[in-house]
Amino acid sequence: MENQSIHHHTFDNGLVLLAEPMSWLESAAFALLVPAGCNYDPGERLGLANLVCEMVQRGCGSRDSRQFINDLELLGADTSASVANAHTSFGGAMPADSLIEALQIYADVVQRPLLPEDQFEDARLVCTQEIRSLEDDLPQRVFHQLRQMRYGDPYGRKTCGEFAGVQAATADDVQSFFHGTYRPNGAILSVAGNVQWPELLAQVERMFGDWQPRQAAMAIPTPTSETCRQVSVEASQTHIGIGYASVPYSHPDYFQARGAVGVLSDGMSSRLFTEVRENRGLAYAVFASCHSLRDRGSVMCYAGTSTERAQETLDVLLAELIKLADGIREDELARLKAKIKSGLVMQQESSSSRSTSVAADWYHLGRVRTMDELVGILDGLSCESINRYLAAHPPSDFTIATLGVKPLEIPFGISSAQA
Amino acid sequence: MEFRQHKLDNGLEIIAECNPQAYSTALGFFVKAGSRDETDQLNGVSHFLEHMVFKGTPTRSAADVNRELDEIGSMSNAFTTEEQTVYYAAFLPEYQGQAVALLSDILRPSLREEDFAMEKKVILEEIAKYDDQPPYGAHDRCMVAHFQSHPLGRIVLGSTQSVSALTRQQMLDYFRSRYSPSNIVVALTGRVDFPRLVEQLDRCCGDWEPFEAPRQILPAADHQGLDVYYKESSVQQYIVQIANGPAVEDDHRYAARVLGTVLGDDSGSRMFWELIDTGLAESAALGSYEFQGTGLFMTYLSCAPEDTQANLDTVRQIIEQAQRDGVTDEELRQAKSKILSHLVLQSERPANRLFSVGNNWLQHRVYRTVRQTMDRYQQITRDDVHAILQRYPLTHTTTVTVGPQTEVNGIAARPLPAA
Repeated sequence: MENQSIHHHTFDNGLVLLAEPMSWLESAAFALLVPAGCNYDPGERLGLANLVCEMVQRGCGSRDSRQFINDLELLGADTSASVANAHTSFGGAMPADSLIEALQIYADVVQRPLLPEDQFEDARLVCTQEIRSLEDDLPQRVFHQLRQMRYGDPYGRKTCGEFAGVQAATADDVQSFFHGTYRPNGAILSVAGNVQWPELLAQVERMFGDWQPRQAAMAIPTPTSETCRQVSVEASQTHIGIGYASVPYSHPDYFQARGAVGVLSDGMSSRLFTEVRENRGLAYAVFASCHSLRDRGSVMCYAGTSTERAQETLDVLLAELIKLADGIREDELARLKAKIKSGLVMQQESSSSRSTSVAADWYHLGRVRTMDELVGILDGLSCESINRYLAAHPPSDFTIATLGVKPLEIPFGISSAQA
Repeated sequence: MEFRQHKLDNGLEIIAECNPQAYSTALGFFVKAGSRDETDQLNGVSHFLEHMVFKGTPTRSAADVNRELDEIGSMSNAFTTEEQTVYYAAFLPEYQGQAVALLSDILRPSLREEDFAMEKKVILEEIAKYDDQPPYGAHDRCMVAHFQSHPLGRIVLGSTQSVSALTRQQMLDYFRSRYSPSNIVVALTGRVDFPRLVEQLDRCCGDWEPFEAPRQILPAADHQGLDVYYKESSVQQYIVQIANGPAVEDDHRYAARVLGTVLGDDSGSRMFWELIDTGLAESAALGSYEFQGTGLFMTYLSCAPEDTQANLDTVRQIIEQAQRDGVTDEELRQAKSKILSHLVLQSERPANRLFSVGNNWLQHRVYRTVRQTMDRYQQITRDDVHAILQRYPLTHTTTVTVGPQTEVNGIAARPLPAA
């Protein structure tokens, strides 16, 4: 690994700029996170953040919506925009010499969008399409059910919102959401790739330095006590989701938890793949992963299996999760370490993957972990440390979501509501 | 960047795009075996065999294969198409020897009866998974309707029925008819120790018995028609439309890709402005795909069921207008900029670059640097694009739609048959 340098600057208005120069690449990528996630949707306007995200990309500064897209395409910028719970994110990867011009366009997106009223109905339709198509995505729906039960409102919200909320939203709502949430304090701009720090810093100062800070919006959490939701749908498979509490990314024990989930699900020799797919042929898709908000985390598992074998699949999944508390083996951890280390090195080949990791680190930790630090953490993981963590935090109090022709039998006592 | 090649005495070809600066190495075994090489009775055997290759050899059990793939920290997988089966892994350069040893061993699988029976269940789950997932088989059904009795009209996964009926002996016979060393290309990208690679492959694969493995290249028919399938539980309507296009060996394919980008890229294209930006459709895209002997343009559309007819009319108008007037200079410039930038971004990762290098060699024994490919796109003129449209009229289409509409264009919907 070459010497890694990660630059940081916080502007007076609160905007955080992060950069990781990767001189061996031809590309550069950025991620711009503004604190305008769906957590801030008013309860009767669920989907507003997504609608605003759509509207800010319909012209900005001196560009109308057509010019906006044309200019980005001439720069060769492969761009994206998405709403998450905490943030609305804009990102792009491109030939490195296009980066500054692309950032100039996004400086306009977040500070000077036209929010053209004559395109409001079109934007509303776009958001409605997204909500409708999600209805056809059964695995995604299972994850949404799980998230809602695990995190309650607003952290478990669907980021695209609800049909009723998008229908009720007005052009005025768009204006007020934009002015209330698109702000530099709480925003993160991260850049990775073939860039020079001094030039980047000066340019970003010029483009974003005058962005006026605003008071932060507050999300009001409402927890939920629901632990099992089984929805009946006409489908070939039953889609099963299981969640349980874990620690967030910023927690000192995060990598102990991550290590345990890796043993469950990373790679073809992992436990879920072996027990559910290889040894029993119950599913094609089966996995578990860590999910993290800033202050709380979960492990979420998924398996899709035909109706008649769904009960067995649920039982096997639960048995594997419970068995995890008995501990992991040396050989399992050794394979996991090799896999994670390769992944870290290969991140060096992708400016977009680094730009999003750098931004995520800052959001969760208020700093960026270097590769060396991560390798150090990995080397420090041992079976004893992970098993100690598992003994203290055995997977339990499961949240279960299913989508399929018929509901499954939930074993007694596996979720707190029944216990 | 240096291109190197070597052919073993038994016909196995080894190629590598060596980049001493790369962080990783990618390795792929590209086998010229896909659903077009099957018979109707054997439909699905290429893909099923791809799964069975990971089930072990006389010296390795399935669990050994999975464990060893994870031990080298590799990102490994395999896929099957109409024309090829590819086994690949990306890993840190120090694992080259282990990765080559492992992949070359599993390419001579035992195909044990008990593994065959277990994996059949997984394949049937995979078929069920796609059955629950948009576009609910519309793509496969459109390929079947368009190609009819042509070998490309065979579904890669096969059907529940054809896969259920397959026997181990049939798979073994198929293996012995397709997996000749002369029908396989080993490709590597990234940091490669080429002399060591050749020496090792000669040792591991030099005794593979070569045999003739011809492929029938038949001209494709020019079928037109509309099939409407009813699926009550679907929220959106899904539409796939196919027209003939240039084949993989046809130099017109570059212009075809430019045309697809102008008309149907997911951003900034004519379809984008007419259908996506307006919220009339959830997705609307047109792309070109090449096979040996023939190629196709495929349009994909999803939208609210009641808008199906109007959106199909809009797609037709877009195509007819292009057919009449071609594309503009500005559109050409924009499309090229997107394609070139995409090529640069793609090629930064050896694991991405592997597929174009391997595929080009397998299909027509050609190696092109990224720059050469970029130059070829640069040369495309408006006349080239117009010529494509004259040669392959996009108005000659086979269309399949699946969703809750009971009728489209005066054709009554039929129930969707089982996968």
